Amino acid sequence: MSKRIGLEGSFAVSEAVRMAGVDVVSAYPITPQTHIVERLSEMVADAEMDAEFICVESEHSAMSACVGASAVGARVFTCTAGQGLELMHEVMYIPSSMRLPVVAVIANRALSSPLSVWGDHSDAMAIRDIGWIQIFAENVQQAYDLTLCAFRIAEDKDSLFPTMVHIDGFHLSHVIEPIVLPDQEQVDKFIPELNHPYALNPEKPVSMGCYGPPYIYTEAKKAQIVDFEASRKIITQAFKEFEEIFGRSYAPVETYKTEDAEVLFLTMGSFAETAMLAIDKMRGEGKKVGLVRLRLWRPFPFEEIRDAIKGSKLLVVLDRCVSFGSGGPVVAEMRSAFYRETEKPDIVSFVGGLGGRDITIEQYEYMISRGQEISEKGSDEEFEMIGVRE
Amino acid sequence: MLSWKELKPGIVVTDPGSASSYKTGDWRSNKPIRDSSKCIKCGLCYLYCPDGAVELNENGNYETNYFYCKGCGICAKECSRTVITMIEEEE
Repeated sequence: MSKRIGLEGSFAVSEAVRMAGVDVVSAYPITPQTHIVERLSEMVADAEMDAEFICVESEHSAMSACVGASAVGARVFTCTAGQGLELMHEVMYIPSSMRLPVVAVIANRALSSPLSVWGDHSDAMAIRDIGWIQIFAENVQQAYDLTLCAFRIAEDKDSLFPTMVHIDGFHLSHVIEPIVLPDQEQVDKFIPELNHPYALNPEKPVSMGCYGPPYIYTEAKKAQIVDFEASRKIITQAFKEFEEIFGRSYAPVETYKTEDAEVLFLTMGSFAETAMLAIDKMRGEGKKVGLVRLRLWRPFPFEEIRDAIKGSKLLVVLDRCVSFGSGGPVVAEMRSAFYRETEKPDIVSFVGGLGGRDITIEQYEYMISRGQEISEKGSDEEFEMIGVRE
Repeated sequence: MLSWKELKPGIVVTDPGSASSYKTGDWRSNKPIRDSSKCIKCGLCYLYCPDGAVELNENGNYETNYFYCKGCGICAKECSRTVITMIEEEE
């Protein structure tokens, strides 16, 4: 029988990793991811899970060890955050182009300087183009559920793309919430045994990560692009199977009170929970507002986002990261998704929630009303910052 | 040349030793030429060749495999009997 217990976000992720039956964990501790790696090392030491825990001297080595372990067909997990993710960055292109289904959880953290251990999406956006499937969770239950989904998605024989779950540092990694833990049999049914068709095997030798001169590199990338596109179906299929077994449903784009909404607000990760409270409040006042939560970040769900936003007059986007000299990375995708559409909402951009700064219900209300004002009267700025002291 | 559709996931190569079909000789701008009449068969060219492109033929003479030879000139430099001279590739 599944059970309902209170669990810290990091421990929930560790529990998902344990129940998924990983063979190898290689990770280096960094705030706010530390509790995940600490708990996993404890579980390995106490024989609560039958896995190798590879101690490494850096995140660069952690990902390198994951690549090696995944190459022999092991089920592999790592986790990191912020500057650690940046150090890992170089190696992260390897499993995605060599099709090694590593799973990672990132406890999103701001980037230095000034030194900040607190949360935002700067680290996630800096690794946007590594070719991993990337999913955002917004509460502890989702952190658990989506970690299980990550194994199912990554290891599908038609996917084999490394998959990453983003959980907001502290807002998710360090909060204790009631969650439902399923039975081991349910997890086993959801995540079948990993059988990588080209794992290293002396009886069936293969060469991985070969040299790619100009005559083959473009073809290699084309094949990767086509297969990555095809992973969209695998992701939605995995969410469907998850719902059948565990009863909770996920989708690449999820909506909240968007029917008949004229103004939509879009955010990613844990901030959606507060945004929902703001939507409830504004709905209570008779305002036609709704919330769109981007669950899947890569591959970017163009179709689903157009469907979710269709019919609205204004879309207000909150980015928790800034691309210096440009603007919000998420709003850039939104504008690109609607560029060729004849009927499209006006899109207004805000940047905020940086380095652990909270955004209150009143500030969500303000962004929506200010967004309407900008939409009507225009603005000289590409985006506005929310919650900054003048 | 392979189409992208013919590549295996992750461009994994399932044919062991397939690098041997890669003509590194295409890189060469200088070509080693031998005067075997001077050769004392010491084997230094064979030992020093970083690419294993020096082979013994059936007559017991050392010769260069131009399919692999990149024209680095190490054999010419190491040869104590000036058997090998480097000439510019013309093609």
